[in-house]
Amino acid sequence: MTDITDTGASGTAADQAKASWRFLKTHLREYGILFALIAIMGFFQLATGGILLKPVNLTNLILQNSYIVIMAIGMLLVIVAGHIDLSVGSVLGFIGALAAVMIVNWDMPYLLAGVLCLGAGALIGMAQGFWIAYFRIPSFIVTLAGMLVFKGLTLWLLAGQSVGPFPREFQLISSGFIPDLLGGDGINLFSLALGIVVAAGIALFTIRARTREQKTGRATEPFVFFAAKTVLVFAALAYMSWLMADFRGLPNVFIVMALMMAIYTFITSRTTTGRRIYAIGGNEKAAMLSGINSKRLTFLTFANMGMLAALAGLVFAARLNTATPKAGAGFELDVIAAVFIGGASMAGGVGTVVGAVVGAFIMGVMNNGMSLLNIGIDWQQVIKGLVLLAAVIFDVMNKKKG
Amino acid sequence: MATILEMRGITKEFPGVKALDDVNLRVEEGEIHALVGENGAGKSTLMKVLSGVYPAGSYSGDILYDGEVRRFAGITDSEDLGIIIIHQELALIPLLSIAENIFLGNERARRGVIDWRETEERAAELLDRVGLKESPKTLVDDLGLGKQQLVEIAKALSKDVRLLILDEPTSSLNEADSEKLLNLLVEFRRRGLTSILISHKLNEISRVADRITVLRDGSAVARLDCADGISEDDIIRDMVGRSLDDRYPPRQPHAKGETAMEVRNWTVHHPLHSDRKVVDNVSFHVKRGEVLGIAGLMGAGRTELAMSLFGRSWGRDISGEALIDGKPADLSSVRSAIDAGLAYATEDRKTYGLILDDTIRRNVPLAKLEAIADGLVVNPAREAEVAQRYRTRLNIKSSSIEQETVNLSGGNQQKVVLSKWLFADPEVLILDEPTRGIDVGAKFEIYTVIRDLAAAGKAIIVISSEMPELLGITDRLYVMNEGRFVGEMATDDASQEKIMARIIKSAETRKGEAA
Repeated sequence: MTDITDTGASGTAADQAKASWRFLKTHLREYGILFALIAIMGFFQLATGGILLKPVNLTNLILQNSYIVIMAIGMLLVIVAGHIDLSVGSVLGFIGALAAVMIVNWDMPYLLAGVLCLGAGALIGMAQGFWIAYFRIPSFIVTLAGMLVFKGLTLWLLAGQSVGPFPREFQLISSGFIPDLLGGDGINLFSLALGIVVAAGIALFTIRARTREQKTGRATEPFVFFAAKTVLVFAALAYMSWLMADFRGLPNVFIVMALMMAIYTFITSRTTTGRRIYAIGGNEKAAMLSGINSKRLTFLTFANMGMLAALAGLVFAARLNTATPKAGAGFELDVIAAVFIGGASMAGGVGTVVGAVVGAFIMGVMNNGMSLLNIGIDWQQVIKGLVLLAAVIFDVMNKKKG
Repeated sequence: MATILEMRGITKEFPGVKALDDVNLRVEEGEIHALVGENGAGKSTLMKVLSGVYPAGSYSGDILYDGEVRRFAGITDSEDLGIIIIHQELALIPLLSIAENIFLGNERARRGVIDWRETEERAAELLDRVGLKESPKTLVDDLGLGKQQLVEIAKALSKDVRLLILDEPTSSLNEADSEKLLNLLVEFRRRGLTSILISHKLNEISRVADRITVLRDGSAVARLDCADGISEDDIIRDMVGRSLDDRYPPRQPHAKGETAMEVRNWTVHHPLHSDRKVVDNVSFHVKRGEVLGIAGLMGAGRTELAMSLFGRSWGRDISGEALIDGKPADLSSVRSAIDAGLAYATEDRKTYGLILDDTIRRNVPLAKLEAIADGLVVNPAREAEVAQRYRTRLNIKSSSIEQETVNLSGGNQQKVVLSKWLFADPEVLILDEPTRGIDVGAKFEIYTVIRDLAAAGKAIIVISSEMPELLGITDRLYVMNEGRFVGEMATDDASQEKIMARIIKSAETRKGEAA
């Protein structure tokens, strides 16, 4: 991987620099989001006097944002397909309530209840997707209705009361950590090892992909950028695992999140289904005239969103150890903001799972950092709003220039 | 008679195309001046220059209006002087009333508060002048196309129009409404209003026009005075009179095979106006190895025919039979049509052809993703290989297969669309206006691809409004007009005059039937 043939075969250093600059300009967005996250983390790390990256805070950060990240992955698909889902916050609350009623009130085994809840989420998504896909009712309207309906049903289900607590096993979804099978002393060695293995796996995977790209002449990313990015991602993941291992290890929910990220990155970038979702979002008419069944895909996209909202609902309920009528209120806005900060386009057809996750963490780090700095909830909202606006303005301007 | 408008030496270039080349147009005050020419001859471009859509500075040459040189920066400048264009696609807001539409942007208001009584009274007056008996409160949506056209004219009158430009005003009107509209123009002329009429319907033009300017390939090739008693044949000759030089690859004679596709009694209704037959009882066939042409004017129903065949993508109440390789073909969805061996490359590549934000690599395999995938998983190497193969084969000028199609030129975008359908490997390929808006070099390359496909035993159907193109690349032609096939000829026996004559004759027969 030391050859740099792809950056301009016989080019001089100046040529290469020029090519790199051109590449950076056209791919500013993809790197920009990563730089933004690093810059924001760096800023708060300094401003909080190193609290941000303390093991306990880092673990907290993951736990606090897990449900937003999970929903942002589903929302990314919905937005790429050219739609929006305003109901996810309410669905999250409703599923949490459903889980509480089944597990706490009816003494149902928590595994069975969990499966039923995921199924219920998928059904909710289908019910909404049905009208959007087959009757062409705007998704904004259908899911706005869904938001009200499920908020109401949550209240009804809980009879206005909080229901809890959950059994210990159920709580472990959110508050558990993977056990240390290596028996480390004061440090969760297994978590550390797992983190490093995963980081190395990702690095190997990207290197392999690039080798393959080079064979078919598709590699356009200058080697310097590729190397820097790969090293950075590896280092960041390894460092994070070390930090968390130093506290109690990797949270269970971190594994769930990472798994979702991996699965959906694969679906969006490598499967025909993923391709087709981007195509219908990019130009539905052209996609339909290419034989793509846009109705069924839209329907499935919403079913998937419902299921992920349900998963997030379980995680959230487990974290709070109780289901409250207010759970999930306003979450849809955080989720949607994360996806747009992550570079998705309102018009559809553009966006990545990794972008959406990074977007969610930008929001999360800001929430966390500003709270550590004792900035009031009032100004937190203002700043988050401005960051969202700035990210999208940056996108639009960047596109106009190109 | 004074000259109201003179356009001198107008030249307008787009990247790679000279749309207008030293065009002169003189219009006398109080006349009806017809502007005729084939699609793409430059009529609309010339009118856009005149109205300021293309502002002064973006073209060369002078516009003299009332004897003074004018430099319009935008439409409002020309409208202030009474030059009003009514476009082919009407610019009315369907859910506003007639009165609201007439005064849109020009509201009868005092300090921002609309005076509804004045609005409606003035609207009623204007409706009276155009002979439309409707309440000013009627929603435009509730009017037929003919009446909507009259509302547009009333709107023009409200702006103190002195030069009224009508772009294909009767193209979507029935006979009675067209008649009414033409009478109105004659009536306006009596009152001294000047109009420019852009039309394909030569019988209408010879009935009402005083003078005719003929455009061809961006040049004004003739200025005819109707007082001299000119015939439709004269106009047609000027419109199409150019030689067919070697702009087409030579025909290689090869044997035609079996009938690849046969369509019987195909009828399609308009999706919104279910009583309107857009395709009316059409039957045709195409053989393997044959390039079949469908000629006709815009709005003849050719695209609608093709899209209704391709997975019922257009229209409703579709009836008729379609056979591919002698067997009834399931064309009920785009997917099944593709599977049955049919493909359709659209005339509007940006709206219906490409995912513009996506790369060449992602666009090419879109109609047959399963061929580059193992099960559900796309194989990136195979995908890149396919995209690269077509990029080379069709000579798609681009930095790499990773270039986004939005940044390609029209010709290269068209080649990407073509690649997509070549990769889907159909038996019958319908190409709708395959060379619209692309330069001569790319046209030749696309013609070559068409020839090669035919030589390889595929059946190709080319829909085109450019008659020289049809005569240059097809083996056999159908002529379509107003939803029906009105003629069939071997290309060797065909000529532009013959095609035009068929169209005009059929239009006149229709008129005879209607009367």
